This record gives sequence, C-alpha cells and structure tokens, in this order.
Amino acid sequence: MRAQIEGSRAVARTVARCRPEVVCAYPISPQTHIVEALSVLVAAGTLAPCEFVNVESEFGAMSVAIGASAAGARAYTATASQGLLYMAEALYNASGLGLPIVMTVANRAIGAPINIWNDQSDSLSQRDSGWIQLYAESNQEAADLHVQAFRIAEELSLPVMVCMDGFVLTHAVEGIDVPSQEQVDAFLPSYRPRQLLDPDAPITIGAMVGPDAFTEVRYLAHAKHLKALEVIPRVAGDFAREFARTSGGLVRPYGCQDAEIVVIALGSVLGTLKDTVDELRSGGVRVGVLGLTTFRPFPYDAVRAALRDARHVIVLERALGTGMGGIVTADVRGSVPAARISTVIAGLGGRPITRAALRELLTGADQLEPLTFLDLKRDVVERELT
Amino acid sequence: MSGQRIKFYQTGSFAVGNRLLKPEQRTVQSDAGRTNSLTTGHRACQGCGEALGARYVLDAVMRATGNRAVTVNATGCLEVFSTPFPESSWRVPWLHSLFGNAPAVATGVAAALKAKGRTDVRVVGQGGDGGTVDIGLACLSGMFERNDDVLYVCYDNGGYMNTGVQRSGATPHGAVTTTTPAGNSFGQGKNLPLIAMAHRIPYVATATVADLRDLEYKAARAMEFHGARYLHVLVPCPLGWRTASDKTVSVARMAVESGFFPVFEAIDGEVTEVTPIRRPRPVADYLSLQGRFGETPAADVVSRLQAEADRNIRSFGLVVE
Ligand SMILES: Cc1ncc(C[n+]2csc(CCOP(=O)(O)OP(=O)(O)O)c2C)c(N)n1
Ligand code: SF4
Repeated sequence: MRAQIEGSRAVARTVARCRPEVVCAYPISPQTHIVEALSVLVAAGTLAPCEFVNVESEFGAMSVAIGASAAGARAYTATASQGLLYMAEALYNASGLGLPIVMTVANRAIGAPINIWNDQSDSLSQRDSGWIQLYAESNQEAADLHVQAFRIAEELSLPVMVCMDGFVLTHAVEGIDVPSQEQVDAFLPSYRPRQLLDPDAPITIGAMVGPDAFTEVRYLAHAKHLKALEVIPRVAGDFAREFARTSGGLVRPYGCQDAEIVVIALGSVLGTLKDTVDELRSGGVRVGVLGLTTFRPFPYDAVRAALRDARHVIVLERALGTGMGGIVTADVRGSVPAARISTVIAGLGGRPITRAALRELLTGADQLEPLTFLDLKRDVVERELT
Repeated sequence: MSGQRIKFYQTGSFAVGNRLLKPEQRTVQSDAGRTNSLTTGHRACQGCGEALGARYVLDAVMRATGNRAVTVNATGCLEVFSTPFPESSWRVPWLHSLFGNAPAVATGVAAALKAKGRTDVRVVGQGGDGGTVDIGLACLSGMFERNDDVLYVCYDNGGYMNTGVQRSGATPHGAVTTTTPAGNSFGQGKNLPLIAMAHRIPYVATATVADLRDLEYKAARAMEFHGARYLHVLVPCPLGWRTASDKTVSVARMAVESGFFPVFEAIDGEVTEVTPIRRPRPVADYLSLQGRFGETPAADVVSRLQAEADRNIRSFGLVVE
C-alpha cells in the first residue's frame, strides 16, 4: 500500500516483512531510524519470532549476525560510516564463511574530519570484502532491494549490502509502496542454510586453511560473484512480475542508446542527473545516464553494452580514492578500455550536487580534465597548499 | 552430574576411584560412551594444558546437555591446532569466526536458537586469555551485561601463545614473553573472574587442569544455569611457560596450592564455594617449576607474586584451619 513515509521506516517495515529471525543493532547516524523502527516492531510482537540484540559495537553487531546466520537464522543489521569500518574484519569473515546476512548501509562520509552527511566512502571502502553491493536510487528502490537482497543472499550463500544515501534517502519522506506481507511471502521462501551448526549433524565451520587450498577457496568466492551476475537480474525480473514495478538488476541505462556522453553514477544522485539530462536533451545535447545498481560483482558486460555508443564517459563519484582519483572509474575503465573517461568527484561529505553544476559540467564536457572536483573552492585549498 | 559434588581425598597416586562410585557419579572421561568432543590426533604441543582442559570441559558439557551443545571458538592455539583443513578434531558442532568476537558470535547462535524455539540446544563460547581478557573483552562484557544464554570458557595460559608467546593482559608480573623480554613489568593482569562477577551473572567459576574432576563438575554445573556464565580455567603451556611437557598438571596444582590461582565458584556475583588449601606452598616453588621467570626468579618478583597469593588466601579464605 502506498503511503507517505520516511525512507528509513519504509526499509524497516520491508525488512520486517522479510521475517528476519535475528536483528542486531548499534546506533550511528544516519542509520538509527531503521533499527529503532525495527526494535519497536519486535517489541510490539509485530515481527515475531525475532530476537533483537542490542550490542556493544558494530563489530559485535556483525559478529552476532554471523553466529545467528551460522545457526540457521535469517539475520539482519544496519550501519554507516565509522560503524562499517569498525565491522570491517567481521565483514570479510561473513562473506568468507558464506553467510547470507543482509545489511543496510546508510551511506555517510568517513572521518577525520568527522562529518555525518552523505557520500559513499564507507561502502566503497569495503569494495573487496566479498559482499554483494546494491545501490538504491530512490526510497522505493531501497525498500524493494531489501526483499531482493534476502533472495539473492540465500540463493548464493553470500552476504548482501543494500546501500542507500544517508539523509537524502533515509530521512526523506515521500510516497512509497511498502511491499505487503503476502507479496513478500510469495516472493521470499524461508531460509534454508547451506551449512548449519546442528548437534544432530556436527560440522566444523571456519577451519584454518593453508596454502594448499586457500587459492581454491578464494576462486570459489569469485565464481559465486560471477554467478550473482545472473542471479541478480533474474531476481529483479521475478520481482517485477510479482510486484508490478522495476527495481534492482545490474545497471539502469537512461537515454544511453544514442548518447555521445554518458554519466555513470550510483545512488540517489541519479534522479538529479536524469532531470539534467532531460533538460539538455531537449536542447539537443546527446547525453545519457547509466545507473549502477550492482557495484559488486561489477557488471562489466552490462556496462560495456550500455556504453557502446558513447565517445566520452563521465564517472560521477561520491568517494575519493586518495592519490588515485575515482574508485568506480577504475572498474569502468576495465569495461571500456578504449573510451575517453573523466572522473568527477562530487558531493563529498554532503556537499549538494546541484542541477546547475551538472548542467555546466555536461555542456562543458569536452574541456573536462581527467579528474575534476565539482564545486571545489580553489581559494581555500590554495591557501593551504602555498 | 546433577550438581552433586564429590570430594576426593587424594592419597598421592591421584588415581581416582571410579570403580567405587555409582556409574552416574563417575568422571565423564571414564565413560566409553562420552562424545570425545576433541579427538586425539590434533597438533597441540605435547603436554598442552589447553587441549586437556578443552576436552574435559566440552565432554562434560555434552554429557550435561545430552549431546546438544554448539561450540564457538576464538582464534588462538586451540582453534589452530584442531582444524588444519581438511582435518578437524571436533566431534561437536563448532564455529570459528575471529579472534575478538567469540562471545558475540555465541550470542548470535543463542539468539537464533531462541528465535527458533530450540530450547534443547545450548551454546558454549571459548578462547584463550588473549582473546578473552584483551581483544574480546568488549564483546564478552556485552554478552554478560545482556545475560545471554551462553557459557563462555577462557583457557588461561597467561599469554598469546599461538602467535609465539607474547604478553597478554593475563600475563603474570615478571614473566618473560617475547614482547616482555626483560620480564613483564605490568601489574597483576586483568582479573576476569572478578570482572565477570561484577556483572552479577548467574555463575562464575575458576578451575585448573590439575583437578579434572572439579573441572568437569564446574562445566556441568554451569549448564544447570541459564543466562551468561563464565568459566576461567588455568591451562599451563609448556612452550610459553618453559615447563617440561610432563609437568603441566604439577605446575597447575602448584598454582592452586600456593594460593596464586584461587579456585572458587560464585553465584550472582557472590563467592559461594572455594577449594581450600591445606598448607599453602611458597609461590617460589610454583615459579621454580617454570623457565619464564628466569633461572632464579628475581627477589622483587617473588615477593610481589607472593603478596598476590597472600591476598588471594585472605580475600577468598583459602586456608581453613
Ligand atoms: C584482530 C587480530 N589480531 C591479531 C591476531 C593474531 N592472533 C591470532 S591468535 C593470537 C593470540 C591468541 O592468544 P590467546 O587468545 O591467549 O590464545 P592462545 O593461543 O594462547 O591459546 C593472536 C594475537 C588475529 N588473529 N586477529
Ligand atoms: S603453544 Fe602452548 S597453548 Fe599452544 S599448543 Fe603449545 S602448549 Fe598448547
């Protein structure tokens, strides 16, 4: 049913309808509303059976999720920024153990300097943690992606991170169709673990693996990610049939067919980009937008296909690979090695990405440097540098 | 074992008279039908106290729970020597995640079982003293404070043995480790049994591998409670303590008989039972069995450790006339 609702609450209600059996939480802005709402649903008995575990840190949260998942429960947590980094060790462990935990990352900058506003440095820093990473463009998609995430995670025995921009999405109130319990039940079967801690059939999970087998284990992790490139679009297709709307998948091309310039981005900035592109297109500029819904595994083929006609690819990045430039750019370059590619670092720590700035950027695309910092206050940095 | 405590007056041979007891009162290890939770053939050093302690604890837990327990293990010697892939010495459902998170992982297992209504399956977390008193302390304290239904067992060998005998927060003053080559200059170490008791959890106990019957008793007793429980087991490490590998039990016994390692039980944060010492042995006798305090332990180290033992004797009332 469609309702005016905050993004965080929509996600919490949707997650509840996925019937997690263990939810653990440690507060950090801008994730807090999600787990607060879930704790209310658990306390009220709306979400049952479910154990809500108040932990002492994000490291504890991911560890509780690991134990719960290994014991056969559907496990969920949410975090952001420093919290995600505090979890880092356990993130790699969850994926290495093949545990289908689902986590929301309410994207936020990483300090120092401390900054609670949105960019994507946190989730992108965990690029190689073995988690599948999905990025929501809107709150509707954020809600929908969670339903898909549990299916993908459990089909592959891999953890999935659903990333949604902090504040911009988490705290925005808008009309959202929260999936109904009947719909979710029809779409998401109950969790059947690949391996389980069970006194009736004792197994050892998490053994020490030496050089003789470690490469093979890592290869299998890679192979599972490659398989995810088939599973993710299939699940999105099933979702579209069941829920009569499209969300998720690998990439979302918008006006790319005949575009000479294509802008690539992740998350909520895609809305602003599409508006800007519509405006420019009506003025005869051939620009398109490519949204990356799935960043890990990286959908090389889908990106290549969408960029077939582009002569100039601009990657709009909301994180910085220090001393190198764009984190997403590196993967885009791998998809289309021959194309001209520019990186634009934008929206760090919540700096607004305005249509005016994007319009200027795209109309002057031919003069773009390989690496540009959008709206950089030159006078400030020059004072420091001299 | 149903809570009944059997006291033995050992006569010098340390042979425990199982034959004289009813079958249900005999030691777990004397029962051919026990789980054999940690099988032989693992790669612990000869005389490893941790391997000995873990085997007794888990077999007792399995017997107490009718073989319905799940084990979570922190990184450390016990994990490494028992699971070189593709081999495993565990005959119990066993999970290793990380060095510092075993209590939280155990909480997760307990939460999953609770959500699934599986009241028959119990959870045991375990790790070395480094994993427990240092890197895992926040997770452990959280587990205590929430009173999660987990028994956590710390195998205290007084150092980070798996990484090559470095100092931990439980290393005694004066001990030589690879990161305190001149002898550990820090204080007495973190007293985790007391920290656990300060959380007022239902059950805290200490034990050593010198009295295996007591160890079995306490592991089984712990399973009679629900909520967070803590068992701290002194497990000498021949490699790290520089003791002969046939002296593991003797040196553990000397830790108890000198008062240096008090053996007790506490319920809801109050001490309820102590294992008394007849005639306290000097701490110097305990130290002289080991190489880690030097050939002849320095006088100030001896007097400081003796003062610690005296304090234990006083505060726990270890000596009864
Ligand atoms: C985060 C992290 N830091 C360090 C290590 C390295 N490490 C593995 S085991 C270990 C020491 C284990 O010591 P303890 O817990 O006392 O167990 P023991 O080996 O003595 O039985 C260390 C430092 C690690 N695995 N993870
Ligand atoms: S180093 Fe010590 S704790 Fe580790 S296996 Fe050897 S004796 Fe046991």
